[in-house]
Amino acid sequence: MANPMRIRAAVKDGFTEVRVLMSHVMETGQRKDSSGALVPAHFITELTAKHNDKVVLSAQFGPSVSTNPYLSFKFEGGAKGDKIVVSWVDNKGDSRSDEAQIA
Amino acid sequence: MDHKRRDTLKAGGGLGIFGLLVAAGLIKPELAEAAWNKSAFEAKNLESALAALGAGKPGDSADVQLNTPDIAENGAVVPVGVISKLPNTEQIAILIEKNPNLLAAKFEIPAGTAAEVQTRVKMGQTSDIYAVVKADGKFYVTKKEVKVTLGGCGG
Repeated sequence: MANPMRIRAAVKDGFTEVRVLMSHVMETGQRKDSSGALVPAHFITELTAKHNDKVVLSAQFGPSVSTNPYLSFKFEGGAKGDKIVVSWVDNKGDSRSDEAQIA
Repeated sequence: MDHKRRDTLKAGGGLGIFGLLVAAGLIKPELAEAAWNKSAFEAKNLESALAALGAGKPGDSADVQLNTPDIAENGAVVPVGVISKLPNTEQIAILIEKNPNLLAAKFEIPAGTAAEVQTRVKMGQTSDIYAVVKADGKFYVTKKEVKVTLGGCGG
């Protein structure tokens, strides 16, 4: 199980800005280890962000996204204390879901 | 003997029900989520990546802004921001022309979410970055070259 995500959400001018920092190796499958063996690809493929059970962003990632992926986006509405849930699935079937409150 | 047989049947029956539950409850949502666009993410050149996205030949648009550094010192972490000023933006995709797999990320923008995303990508070498935006059913593109002094892939 991967480490928790760091999620920050804040309301500004009617929009809620959400910033997410995930903890994931995002291995491309191109790299070789010290013995010359190919390191198998391991990366997040899908991500969903929800605000009070309404999907506000869904994304698909490829291996080109950086290690420990960062993502920020904005959606209309949202109030202090509302729940933001971000979840991802990777190509090995691991998944993780974390939540935060809008500050 | 008979008892054993009964137990075996029970165990088998239990598993069967579990399997059915998995089939009914778990596999369906997974299938729905399995929309990961494999052909697009495995595309090795711009034409096939755009084709797999259904974008064909997108038109250039000044309403799509691509915010990247001109020079990225470390190719492993290149910040990329895309802002679309086109109305009804539904989808934003980030492609890196010279990476082994072009498509880095694809975002679906539901109504009520600003067409503005920021993320970080890896770049193997100096390359053009493309932001492909789908708005009102049409595709638009903006590109920008980013120079990389230290590659982020392989090594």
